[in-house]
Amino acid sequence: MTTDITSTEGTTGTTTEWPLWEVFVRSSRGLSHVHAGSLHAPDATMALRNARDLYTRRNEGTSVWVVPSAVIASSDPDSKGGYFESAQGKAYRHATYYTKSEGVKHL
Amino acid sequence: MSFASHDSATKISAGSAISAEEIAASGATAEPDVATYALYLGDDALMLAQRLGWWIARAPELEEDIALSNIALDQLGHARFLLTYAGTAWGKTEDDLAYFRDEEEFRSCRLVEQENGDFGQTIARQLIFSYYQHELFRRLVDSNDATLSAIADKALKEVQYHQDHAAQWVLRLGIGTPESHERMQKGLYYLWPYVDELFHDDDLTRDLSERGIAVLPSSLRADFDRRIAELLAEAELEVPDLPGAWGGDRSGEFSEHRGHILAEMQVLARQHPGATW
Repeated sequence: MTTDITSTEGTTGTTTEWPLWEVFVRSSRGLSHVHAGSLHAPDATMALRNARDLYTRRNEGTSVWVVPSAVIASSDPDSKGGYFESAQGKAYRHATYYTKSEGVKHL
Repeated sequence: MSFASHDSATKISAGSAISAEEIAASGATAEPDVATYALYLGDDALMLAQRLGWWIARAPELEEDIALSNIALDQLGHARFLLTYAGTAWGKTEDDLAYFRDEEEFRSCRLVEQENGDFGQTIARQLIFSYYQHELFRRLVDSNDATLSAIADKALKEVQYHQDHAAQWVLRLGIGTPESHERMQKGLYYLWPYVDELFHDDDLTRDLSERGIAVLPSSLRADFDRRIAELLAEAELEVPDLPGAWGGDRSGEFSEHRGHILAEMQVLARQHPGATW
């Protein structure tokens, strides 16, 4: 692991407070990294150390990612309707909507 | 790692590692010399845990609060293993040894008894001690005393993290701002006179290391010096060139701070013997 002390890439620079980082923990092999929470740290290297202390205290981790919160683009909670709810009622997007054609095996 | 594991991919278990209770139940009995050596190491860990505990709710940031308390608890764990094992020689429990010995009966080095000072001084103490402990436990895993070997194996994994934590902060404070650089350098200067004691051989450690039980303290010095010099060079800090403080050979000579540490640590157990919570 390289130590880059000066890199605060992707963080918004405030001089008084450490930037915020989002923490993703992979609990075991074959599973995805899951968002565990967030923390403050002066840089990425320290953010990883802090993530280990805060989010892998009970054997939860085999791998940890930290991402500057500032670089994450997220969907707008206020436009939930147009974004997500419009998918409701569209049963034809699900495989179960369709009936099996005759003679097709192993479905 | 066995492939016949019954752990599921998603269920998190505590895992298994040595515990103080297992050492007590194992029936292993330390001979008095080995027990005294366990006190050398265990008392160091106990004093440092007590010192680091002071930072709880006082550290510069919440995340650092957690980091320092984690390290304190790791050290307390080492102390529990070692004091439990030492107690088997004299029919005493870890609590008997921690709470009911007087200050001249402790065998801790003076480095761990030094005050926290500012954050730079605490990190300087962490740096020196964790680098020393790493060299020690790295070799103690080969001890032909099975209990000491098992304790070292567990402690080594924890100390690897402690020295990483210290090194990361030394780099940041050293290269950070003029003020952080100055505080880090001052912390190193303040604590350097207590370094020699860590590597001091006495009759006990000479005898036990010849028998393959203990690690000869002086044999750790070269690796310690080399690794500290490399890190401090990277952090743009000086390795202090100072004579060792007078005395300090674990003979029971102790620093003025020890009594203050014990007063706080032992008061509850002595006022209410047998109290549990």
